[in-house]
Amino acid sequence: MRAREIPITAWIGLFGIALAVFCALFAPWIAPHGETEVVGGVWQVPDDQFFFGLDNLGRDILSRLIYGTRTTLLVALAATVLSFSLGIILSFTAAVSGGLVDTVFSRFNDLMMSIPTLIFALVVLAVLPQYLVVLILVMAVLDSTRVYRLGRAVALDVAVMEFVEAAKLRGEGKIWIIFREILPNTLSPLLAEFGLRFAFAILFLSTLSFLGLGIQPPTADWGGMVKENKDGIIFGISAALVPGSAIAALCICVNLIVDWLLKRTSSLKGGRGDA
Amino acid sequence: MNDFTKYLAGRVTAGGMNRREFMGRAMAAGLTLTAAGQLFATSAAAQEPRKGGTLKLGLEGGAATDSIDPAKATSQVMFAAVRTWGDTLVETHPETRAPIPSLAESWAPSPDAKTWTFKIRKGVTFHDGKEMTVDDVVATLKRHSDEKTESGAAGMLKSITAIENKGGDLVVTLDAGNADLPAIFTDYHLVIQPNGGVDKPTAGIGTGPYKVKSFEPGVRMTFEKNENDWRSDRGYVQTVEMITMNDATARVAALASGQVQFINRVDPKTVSLLTRAPTVQLLTTSGGGHYVFIMHCDKAPFDNIDVRMALKYAINREEMVERILGGYGKVGNDFPINDTYALFPEGIEQRAYDPDKAAFHYKKSGHSGPILLRTSEVAFPGAVDASVLFQQSAKKAGIEIELKREPGDGYWSNVWNVQPFSASYWGSRATQDQFYSGAYLSTADWNDTRFKNETFDKLLISARGELDEAKRREMYREMAMLVRDEGGTILPMFNDFVNAGTKKLMGYVSDIGNDMSNGYVASRVWLSA
Amino acid sequence: MSNSAEAGGSPDRSLRERFPLAAIIVERCLLSLVLLFAVSVLIFAGVEALPGDFATTYLGQSATPQAIANMTAELGLDRPVATRYFDWLGGVLQGDLGTSWASRNSVSEQVANRLGNSLFLAGFAAIIAVPLAIGLGMLSVHFRDRMPDKIINVISLAAISLPEFFIGYLLILYFAVDFGIATFPATVYEGMGFLERIQTIALPTATLVLVVLAHMMRMTRAAILSVMSSAYMETAELKGLSSWRAIVKHAAPNALAPIINVVALNLAYLVVGVVVVEVVFVYPGMGQYMVDAVTVRDMPVVQACGLIFAAVYILLNMVADILAIIANPRLRHPR
Repeated sequence: MRAREIPITAWIGLFGIALAVFCALFAPWIAPHGETEVVGGVWQVPDDQFFFGLDNLGRDILSRLIYGTRTTLLVALAATVLSFSLGIILSFTAAVSGGLVDTVFSRFNDLMMSIPTLIFALVVLAVLPQYLVVLILVMAVLDSTRVYRLGRAVALDVAVMEFVEAAKLRGEGKIWIIFREILPNTLSPLLAEFGLRFAFAILFLSTLSFLGLGIQPPTADWGGMVKENKDGIIFGISAALVPGSAIAALCICVNLIVDWLLKRTSSLKGGRGDA
Repeated sequence: MNDFTKYLAGRVTAGGMNRREFMGRAMAAGLTLTAAGQLFATSAAAQEPRKGGTLKLGLEGGAATDSIDPAKATSQVMFAAVRTWGDTLVETHPETRAPIPSLAESWAPSPDAKTWTFKIRKGVTFHDGKEMTVDDVVATLKRHSDEKTESGAAGMLKSITAIENKGGDLVVTLDAGNADLPAIFTDYHLVIQPNGGVDKPTAGIGTGPYKVKSFEPGVRMTFEKNENDWRSDRGYVQTVEMITMNDATARVAALASGQVQFINRVDPKTVSLLTRAPTVQLLTTSGGGHYVFIMHCDKAPFDNIDVRMALKYAINREEMVERILGGYGKVGNDFPINDTYALFPEGIEQRAYDPDKAAFHYKKSGHSGPILLRTSEVAFPGAVDASVLFQQSAKKAGIEIELKREPGDGYWSNVWNVQPFSASYWGSRATQDQFYSGAYLSTADWNDTRFKNETFDKLLISARGELDEAKRREMYREMAMLVRDEGGTILPMFNDFVNAGTKKLMGYVSDIGNDMSNGYVASRVWLSA
Repeated sequence: MSNSAEAGGSPDRSLRERFPLAAIIVERCLLSLVLLFAVSVLIFAGVEALPGDFATTYLGQSATPQAIANMTAELGLDRPVATRYFDWLGGVLQGDLGTSWASRNSVSEQVANRLGNSLFLAGFAAIIAVPLAIGLGMLSVHFRDRMPDKIINVISLAAISLPEFFIGYLLILYFAVDFGIATFPATVYEGMGFLERIQTIALPTATLVLVVLAHMMRMTRAAILSVMSSAYMETAELKGLSSWRAIVKHAAPNALAPIINVVALNLAYLVVGVVVVEVVFVYPGMGQYMVDAVTVRDMPVVQACGLIFAAVYILLNMVADILAIIANPRLRHPR
């Protein structure tokens, strides 16, 4: 596919993500102030010096936003990719194998979903050391149960199609079936889910931080920044809106790319192309 | 949120809200009820109270686990609720914290202050129509102090050896002289219940200005005026509704939209924004509660006095009061007493932020490497932010503080009083003696800084028995200096009680005893037309 | 089919073949009971493993060691863990969820109240959100890549990128404080009329709808798009069916499985995951009830809430699976 065939919306998405990655990589050079530096009054309104104004402690919101890209991108991306891989591999295996494997996997998944997140998180906290890796893993495992549900449902629909039966009769292995037959035919709902899970992961990160499982202060993350400034919302203070919009923008960018990939996959399948 | 308020309430009241000043007591005990009532009225602006209407309060600090049993009342909401449906033997003066009569009309100690006789008011009826007797009082006190008690007030009543009805008077015997006994009886756990509440602790029946109408723990509690109230200078509104609102923004929104007339715990950061609303008035009271960073004096590196000193100089107190308390508080001076206490040692030099001195002490200590400070949202409101500010101000002195945000759940069992350096909170106690005995005596139950100083211990004991006020004040000064210069407490700020009401809410009494007009807010205010 | 049943011989097999759906439901129900049991064990063990016990946590710092010991003895917390668990289990099997250690009230009574509130709010939000999401999803497919599709997409993405409390505060700010047209706080209590209740929960319902809408809508769109490219849809279009009818009559029914699952996930979220919305709107639901109980380790309440939450998940998952089977008859005869 050549560059000029990429639609404008996908370019916007790519540009947004490139910008975020750029911010993450070069934060110390492009941020006008320090990540944790107190530079003025609490919730000072935007002016020439502070483009987005100051936060709940008097730190520069723009600078924290730029620094916050690092953890936000890393954790959200890692957790989403991990939860997807885990959820999809397990759910496809269950759907293709059927029978006992399916029952065991699915009921175990039910069990995992049934344990309230609060208790799960508290127990994890009490038992495991609190590193970023642990945080990502916990988020991934919790999220993968949701992906599993969806993955199994779409895979099951495809697994009973004639062409999968045919492949089985041909004597193809399970892995071949999963990757060559089922995955391409279920990609569009899964990709759509991926785009949304990404946004959920950023928000989930800030929820966990209240339990003490999140990012350690004073490190900035976007979800955390929304939370830190939430008390101002009711008085019309824009400090929480800025990171909130950033999350929305990033999420929209990711989804613009997802939409483009969606279209590509449907044309790959040999259906009617799109206009 | 709940974890925090529960402990907060527990700690605010653990020492009772009592007045210790021996001299003032005799006089105060002689105050008539009318005089006390007039005092409330005058301090609350000379205006004729208007009767009737429904008062709605949006309060932080309720939970589904709240119990209406006063022995187990720990949350802020239950504190205010108990004050609304029940009465204690003794109350405190809102401005001086001196004990004044309530269900006990008067009291007198034996010369050694070991035996106390209380005259109990006659003609007072419970909400169920039964007349209150001395036996009810005896049964109540016994329930809170006997060996099977589960009461939050049990600690305060430890020294009681006998509670008796002698010829129609309540006689309490102690194992040692204690001039503070009447003040202890102001504690909100100790509301008088029929037969002490032994038969049905959760009945919610007392002698207070309002009867409990409905109670959904953690949701809502409603009250109706007790038409047979034995006092006429309280209980102006007809019905009271306490709604648990644990979200600060929800409380503010409810107040701004006029859905409730009173809220507690206004986030100091938003106060200036809140008061822009034309219908809202701010109700603040200064108190003795404070926010602290505590170091264990017996654990490395804090066993080195220069490390402690360096950190004390490395904190910017003014900035904290400004940014964490929104200006609603006062800077601290590294000892836990302020001018809301009697015999406050005035004129002690205020310690200020001094990066040079901090760097000097830090260098002298020979310590290097980051110092780990544990903090949590529940340590006090804004604790994580305050820790970040501390980290930044210390950085300028070349001291590296590493922050660790601990989970709110279990913070008080796993971190506070366990880890060598953490953020915490202390509520006010009735007297300097009570505070120091609870937290700074070598053998204190909650000596969370592991402060062990023989000179200090001796001073504390002798001050307790000293009746000469000047001498006693001097002793408290010495003790304050010891804590300030050698202790493990970094005390950047004392916080005010910040409540708010609509402009319709009249007669609010700023009571230095505790938050929410010492819990009496519902029965002291009225609503203008 | 009756032939094969006779050939199979065993009555169990014949039932299974005659009523495959019923057999699956019965099997799943039995498995669910086992799962519930496992959940209760896990929650009990988990909360037991957490630092801090009930008496110490509940009484706080005002407690004397004596008072803690008294409370522990009174509640029988000094007995071995296994004994306490089986005591509790015995009660549950007889339909008794026990008494809250903290408030000393019957757990069943309180839970019934709170669960009723939670289901009311969730149900109301679902009634609005599910049809709206699916309708918008189909609309989005119909106008795919044109303006309406793009607008729906961007708005829905923005809505889920904002935390629940953010949307909640904004709604409160505009509708309750500034315009004064909505009720706040949304506290419902016994003795409230139905209409009054609905009016009271308007704002939390709106918040929840906004939070769950995008997820279901995006999935509807993706799933239908996926089906649209298959051969029979081409046929439908060649036959001259209008695009809208093709979407509603042919594409949507074939895209049901993923949609049902995402709807089920969101319904579960509406029932068990709305603590934040409950706190912001001061709504007495299950979420806050459980958080309060976990905070002080009030085990009977934690266990009761845990069981109900688990039951909600298991039930919704089961319904989703069964609906998926009904939607795709090929799934009815698993090999």
